[in-house]
Amino acid sequence: MSAPFYRYALFGDEMSLILAVVIGIGFGFFLERAGFGSAKKLVAQFYFTDMAVFKVMFSAIVTAMLGMFYLSWAGLLDLSMVFVAPTYWLPQLVGGLILGFGFIIGGYCPGTSLVAVSTGRLDALAFCGGVLGGIFAYGEVYPSIAGFVTSTSMGRVTLDSWLGVRLSLVVFAVVLVAVLGFWGATTVERKLARREGADAGALT
Amino acid sequence: MTTAREPAPYMNPYLAGLGLGLVLLTAFVVMGRGLGASGAFSTIVAVGVDAVTPTHAAGNEFYRGYLENGFGSPFKSFLMFEVIGVLIGGFISGSLAGRVKKTVEKGPRISTKGRMAFAVAGGALMGFGAKLAGGCTSGQGLSGGAVLGLGSWTFMIMVFVGGYAGAYFMRRQWR
Repeated sequence: MSAPFYRYALFGDEMSLILAVVIGIGFGFFLERAGFGSAKKLVAQFYFTDMAVFKVMFSAIVTAMLGMFYLSWAGLLDLSMVFVAPTYWLPQLVGGLILGFGFIIGGYCPGTSLVAVSTGRLDALAFCGGVLGGIFAYGEVYPSIAGFVTSTSMGRVTLDSWLGVRLSLVVFAVVLVAVLGFWGATTVERKLARREGADAGALT
Repeated sequence: MTTAREPAPYMNPYLAGLGLGLVLLTAFVVMGRGLGASGAFSTIVAVGVDAVTPTHAAGNEFYRGYLENGFGSPFKSFLMFEVIGVLIGGFISGSLAGRVKKTVEKGPRISTKGRMAFAVAGGALMGFGAKLAGGCTSGQGLSGGAVLGLGSWTFMIMVFVGGYAGAYFMRRQWR
C-alpha cells in the first residue's frame, strides 16, 4: 500500500507543485474540450436544452469514485489518507444555493471561468473580478458570521458512514443514479429539441 | 483578427467526463486530494489585503488561514500551481479546436455592458457562496462528490436547485 504517493512522502513539496501544474493542465484541457469555456454552453443546463454540465460532472465523479474504490479494494490506495472536506451541512447548503444563483447570473464557476479567460472570454474576466470581490466581502464579514460558518459541524462524514451502510452499496447506488440521470437528461434534451423544432416550423 | 476556420465541435460529454474523472483520480492517487479553484482566488485576496493593511489581515482568521498556507509563501500552494495549469490546459485545448476568440458570451437580447454587469454580480455571489460552503464546484462538487462527502453532496444538490431557481429570471440574458 503506497498511495496516495504524496501522503506517503514518495516525493517532496517542490515536486508536488510541479505535479500540481501537470494535473491542472489535464483539468483545464478536459473542461475546455467539454465546452465549459463557454457560458452559454454551461447555463444551457438550467434551461434543459443541453445537459452537458450534468453529464460531464457525473461521469467524472463516477470515474474517479470507481477508480478509488477498486484501487482501495486491491489494497493499493489508502482511502483514510484521502482528503474528504468536513461536513458543516447548514453553511454548505446555504453556500451551495448562493453559488447556484451566482452560476446562472454570472454564467461560470471559478474553474470554468479560468478556462474561459484562457480562451478569450471577456465576460469571464469580469466574472473573475467578481469572484475576488465576493471573497473579499466574505473575508470582511467573516468575524461576524464565523459562528454560522462553523455551525452544524459533523467532521469527516461520507454517505456510507452517515447512512450506516457498506461503501460498495453507496458506490453502486451512485452509479445507478448517474445512469438513470444520463437517460433522463437525454430524454429531456430530445423532447425540448423536438418542441423547439415544432415552434420554428409553426413560424414559417 | 479573425480566422476563417470553423471551431471544432465539443467532445462527447461522457468522454470528456471520463477524461476529467481520470485527471481527478490521478490527483487523489498522487496527491491524496482532489481538484479546486476558488482556493486560489482566496489566496490572491488574502495576499492583496495583507499587502495593503498587514495588521488587518493578521487579525482576521479567514485571511490568516490562506497567508499561513503554502510552502514558505502563500503562492507556493497546490491550488495556485494547479490553477496555472488550468489556464495552460484550457488554452491548449481551445487553440487545438480553433476556439480561442476575444468575445463576450451572452444571449441576443442583452447588451454587452449588461452582460458584463451580470458577470461581475454573479462572480461576487459565487465567491461568497464558495467560501461559505468551503469550496466551489471543483473542490466541493467534483472532488467532494467523488469521495462521497455528505456536505459535498448537500452542496452539489443545492447548486443545481439555485441554478434552476434563478434560470427563469435570467432568461433575458441567455435565451
